[in-house]
Amino acid sequence: MPEPTGVIHDIGYQRYTGPRLGRRAVFGALYLHGLRTAFGLGRSAKAKIFPWLVVGIVTAVAAALTAIRAQIGEAVMTYAQFADNMSWLVIFFVAVAAPELVSRDLRSGVLPLYFSRPLPRADYPLAKLLALATALWLLLGGPQFVMFLGAAFSTGDGMSGVAEELLDLLPSLLYAGLWAVVFASVGLLVASLTGKRAFAAGGIVAVFLMTTPIVGTLSVMPSRTVNELAFLASPSTLVGGVGSWALGDLLVSEDQRGVPIGGFGPVYAVVAVLLVSGCVALLLRRYRKVAAR
Amino acid sequence: MTLIATESLTKTYGGGVTALADLTVAVEPGIIGLVGANGAGKSTLIKILLGLLTPTSGRARVLGLDPTTDSARVRARVGYMPEHDALPPDLSAAELVTHLGRISGLPRTVARERASEALRHVGLYEERYRPVGGYSTGMKQRVKLAQALVHDPDLLLLDEPTNGLDPAGRDAMLTLVHRIGTEFGISVLVCSHLLGEVERICDTLVAIDGGRLLRADHISAMTSATDVLAVEVSEGTEELAARLAALGLPVRRDGRLLLVELVDDATYDLILGAVAELDLPLHRLDQRRHRVAELFATREPSHA
Repeated sequence: MPEPTGVIHDIGYQRYTGPRLGRRAVFGALYLHGLRTAFGLGRSAKAKIFPWLVVGIVTAVAAALTAIRAQIGEAVMTYAQFADNMSWLVIFFVAVAAPELVSRDLRSGVLPLYFSRPLPRADYPLAKLLALATALWLLLGGPQFVMFLGAAFSTGDGMSGVAEELLDLLPSLLYAGLWAVVFASVGLLVASLTGKRAFAAGGIVAVFLMTTPIVGTLSVMPSRTVNELAFLASPSTLVGGVGSWALGDLLVSEDQRGVPIGGFGPVYAVVAVLLVSGCVALLLRRYRKVAAR
Repeated sequence: MTLIATESLTKTYGGGVTALADLTVAVEPGIIGLVGANGAGKSTLIKILLGLLTPTSGRARVLGLDPTTDSARVRARVGYMPEHDALPPDLSAAELVTHLGRISGLPRTVARERASEALRHVGLYEERYRPVGGYSTGMKQRVKLAQALVHDPDLLLLDEPTNGLDPAGRDAMLTLVHRIGTEFGISVLVCSHLLGEVERICDTLVAIDGGRLLRADHISAMTSATDVLAVEVSEGTEELAARLAALGLPVRRDGRLLLVELVDDATYDLILGAVAELDLPLHRLDQRRHRVAELFATREPSHA
């Protein structure tokens, strides 16, 4: 007699005796979740529109630049200049992604569910920060890679041409990393202050864009030193300053002048490091307070 | 084994507000009711047990571990359901509970399996794939309970699980909590400001007020000694009272009612015998379970 198939048994509650993963796996899970959130993956269709619009634009620009270069035979923009020129898009991407990552959790009250788990308090903001920085880096680095592929396949110099392109690309990817880290830490700190996403987005745009007039004012002051240090006042120009000091001709071609920072390059680098570490410290402090509530 | 123990636990907040004052209590595994008015210190106690707050002085132990120094290990074995809304509206229950299961250290596939199991146990089936934003309050409470269960904890801390539910929803939630405590074999600490609810499902009751312990005991010890029989006759109340007193039963008058302490089943026979002998029309004879609330009400002045 054939056994009846497809019978559902209610086996009741099952205790779990399998492995419980450690801190690293938990951090990884939170990081990946954050990275997916930044691009709207696993979210509603509405949440996907903006991130993928930005991704579409930067990729289209990269493709267009590659096509032009293949036609006229010379680069319109270096890899690093591409990152510089796309910075305003990065600002908007941060303004959308950072509130999505942290403000939403503050507002919905989900944080107690995280902090009542074996997740160290600092891991939550750090995983989110790393996720946002990775998203920004992919946003800037991905199109550069597209440009690199285009250049590599159309190079007339064989392998040495490819190698030369690669040497141009790698520092620019690091430069994109600098953009990513500075923008992510500033953006996430601002977003972590409020549970209202609109306020957070506005705050982030304000911090990045409203500081440029200060730079403008300082750079027309009668003192040359003040002029050369003026670009410290805004995150975008700060990154540009570090870039033109560290990358030199990769960022600044002969016919156009880069950010005129004079001999203050190292100062810019130090300030960038201080800015990032200051933001991270404030972020951690913020979450020490939030977790106890 | 002692499930939860505190030793002169005190928590004073920055502004000089004392949330817990010299609280010493120890409870055994089972379902524990933690009752107290709003602001009595229930949530503060839970947060200390989770290691989210550091006590100002005193010590606490949960499952034999110190939550202040060993918080990660405590939290790995404890599930927490907060009082307030805690669910992001645009995620589905399945996604959220899976994600939180992974944050508790479950491997990816295990987290997914256990999330749907936990949601099934709390009574959420197909709706678990819809965004939480469209759920009713009752469903949201169930999701909050499921996320506390997903990593198979040894102890559940439930902060006001019946908050915002209608009477039917409250009953369903209490039945569920009772099932978790008995069938699932997970100890549960249920916080509530409604004594009547908690006393129905718990084995042990801990009552706090103003951060101080009022009483902690087995529920049976609190209620058994105080059961009384209420007798009502339409006439001859005085005579019956005199007769019962003569039979050696302590009788109290409560309006038209006679309250007789229930010693054992023989008390019924004695009362019925007395009523029959006097040939009085008996209106009612029923057992009155003293609500635990009355116990606390009579005890409170001594603490004030």
